[in-house]
Amino acid sequence: MFKASSRTDLANMARCVHLQSLLSSLASRALVSLSPGVQAGLCLPRVPDSLHSRGFSLCHILGSSSKGSSRPEDNVIVHFVNEDGVRTTTSVTEGVSLLNVVINKKIDISGFGACDGTLACSTCHLIFEENIFEKMEPMVDEEVDMLDLAYGLTKTSRLGCQVCVRKWMDGMTVQVPKLIKIENTASTGNQ
Amino acid sequence: MNTSRVFAFKPMKSLLTTKCSRAAITSGLRRLACTPSSCPRVCIVGGGPAGFYTAQHILKAHPAIQVDIYERLPIPYGLVRFGVAPDHPEVKNVINTFTQTAQHERCSYHGNVSVGKDVSVEELRQAYHAVVLSYGAEVNRTLGVPGENLAGVYSAKDFVGWYNGVPCNKDLKPDLSGETAVILGQGNVALDVARILLSPHDILTNTDITQPSLEALANSRVRRVLIVGRRGPLQVACTIKEIREMVNLTGTRPDMLSADFKGIAEVLKDLPRPRKRLTELMMKAVQATPAGDGLTSRQWGFRFLRSPVEVLPSPDLTRTAGIRLGVNRLEGSGDGARAVPTGETEDIECEMVISSIGYQSLPIDPAVPFDPRKAIIPNAMGRVLQATGLYCSGWIKRGPTGVIGTTMNDSFDTARALIQDIETGVLDISTVKPGSQTVTPLLQKRGVNPVSFSDWEKIDVEEMKRGTVVGKPREKLLDVTEMLKTAHS
Repeated sequence: MFKASSRTDLANMARCVHLQSLLSSLASRALVSLSPGVQAGLCLPRVPDSLHSRGFSLCHILGSSSKGSSRPEDNVIVHFVNEDGVRTTTSVTEGVSLLNVVINKKIDISGFGACDGTLACSTCHLIFEENIFEKMEPMVDEEVDMLDLAYGLTKTSRLGCQVCVRKWMDGMTVQVPKLIKIENTASTGNQ
Repeated sequence: MNTSRVFAFKPMKSLLTTKCSRAAITSGLRRLACTPSSCPRVCIVGGGPAGFYTAQHILKAHPAIQVDIYERLPIPYGLVRFGVAPDHPEVKNVINTFTQTAQHERCSYHGNVSVGKDVSVEELRQAYHAVVLSYGAEVNRTLGVPGENLAGVYSAKDFVGWYNGVPCNKDLKPDLSGETAVILGQGNVALDVARILLSPHDILTNTDITQPSLEALANSRVRRVLIVGRRGPLQVACTIKEIREMVNLTGTRPDMLSADFKGIAEVLKDLPRPRKRLTELMMKAVQATPAGDGLTSRQWGFRFLRSPVEVLPSPDLTRTAGIRLGVNRLEGSGDGARAVPTGETEDIECEMVISSIGYQSLPIDPAVPFDPRKAIIPNAMGRVLQATGLYCSGWIKRGPTGVIGTTMNDSFDTARALIQDIETGVLDISTVKPGSQTVTPLLQKRGVNPVSFSDWEKIDVEEMKRGTVVGKPREKLLDVTEMLKTAHS
């Protein structure tokens, strides 16, 4: 539990991204080299090309880095429902962004996090439960800008790269927008 | 029986057995494990985002398919490298995922292969169970107005290609000696061009912009950029991120006309959130427009309800001196509103005109159906109509619009359709298809030397090395011959 540090965390919690993504991506890169079985479909973040001048705040790095590296505690339960409706339940370390949860826990969501959490796409779009959404920090303009381009936007949509898991989110369900069912139009294709 | 198929069978056998059975074991899906006679082979034409995302999903969704990606240039990633603005490095992070796809054990990259010229689509269909066309939109739509060919008129595609290092645009050398540039079109490409033209030098110096264009831009005298659209503020095609970047661009100020926004405030509340926020941001820019003028700082602005009528020549008729715009009015409202000419015109003095009215796809091969009106391949969910085994994804499938996420979803859809066709038996994978085992020798016979992904990595290393010298993430090679020399070194 990171009670002592979470005061400072709270101020920035909804805006986490760069440093965190940087740090945990370093970790996941090390992991990749150790596990050759990593699938290509998976989106593993790397160090962003630049960390410059994007005008949005950085996430706290307390939870997942200084402490997390030495004493990771997966103490928050999060349920993910992917685009096909498949449900995955995972326990998560407080302070980690949902983008990094999906990557680190290898949760099967197609094309998630294309820009490596740099607020340049909306592929980590997640839909939250209303009571959770209401309690989250307000979004920065840049997040809303990207969300506005997201497929299947709802009133409780956020970008996973911008949401850090907190203890109070324990047990929440986040959902990927559902796919439009592809009809078997093969016969049309052959006409 | 196709002779090349018989010929290719033997040498291919051992290779296939190793690769495919390994894949099947890893995935644990023995049910779908392939033998040499059933290993499905798919090729993708075009190594841009559509091609890579299609490949990614095919590889993920099927445990045995072998995917070959053919790309005309030696270099992969298409518009991620050649379209995305140099000051948007974060968008290029998608390359990390594409690299993983290219390095997947069941994926091979074949650069420097021009499908339709070096190898026909029909030959690919002989060699593969399915062919996915993902070759994008390669030309700029033309304006179709007098003066379009004057010096000082550029297509946005060429201009972007110039600063992003597209080999055929390296000698564009746009004349940046004038004060005013008019950009026709209000999409994201138009805003990229405006931003690059007005960005302070130090914002661009540590990007992967090409060195010749960086130097030319440093000496640019362009102070004012007007971004012209045929419809109104509620119809602008760019996304909010690009407008916000203009609003926040150091050393510039907006030059908007408040009259253009008359009556907009009243309809704001009824707009969907994305359109509402974008419009509010533009209105903020209107308020930030200082009264009076004078070129104290660099400035940019939108001009609405204007269509190009003629590019006006200088007195000696050699170059651009202005543009005549027809004044439009709107018929209807919202996204579907149409611009109707009023008959009035107005002239703007400018030394440079950049036409950014959209990209357009071209037919690749007479054997592939093409809808000339929509400039796309007619398809149903990515299945090319009347052509079993042919698929398409990306801009050639739906037209040149949308952001990278749009292309991603669209490509995944095509991949799903293809996999579904395999599962339902619509796509017959029972016959042996040799894939690159016959295509590569065919290419070599025709004097084409394909670039593999590891060849490309040599170019990549060389570019990054050159970049380090000048303090940039990379210095792009601009010449295909040089790329090939490095790749095959």
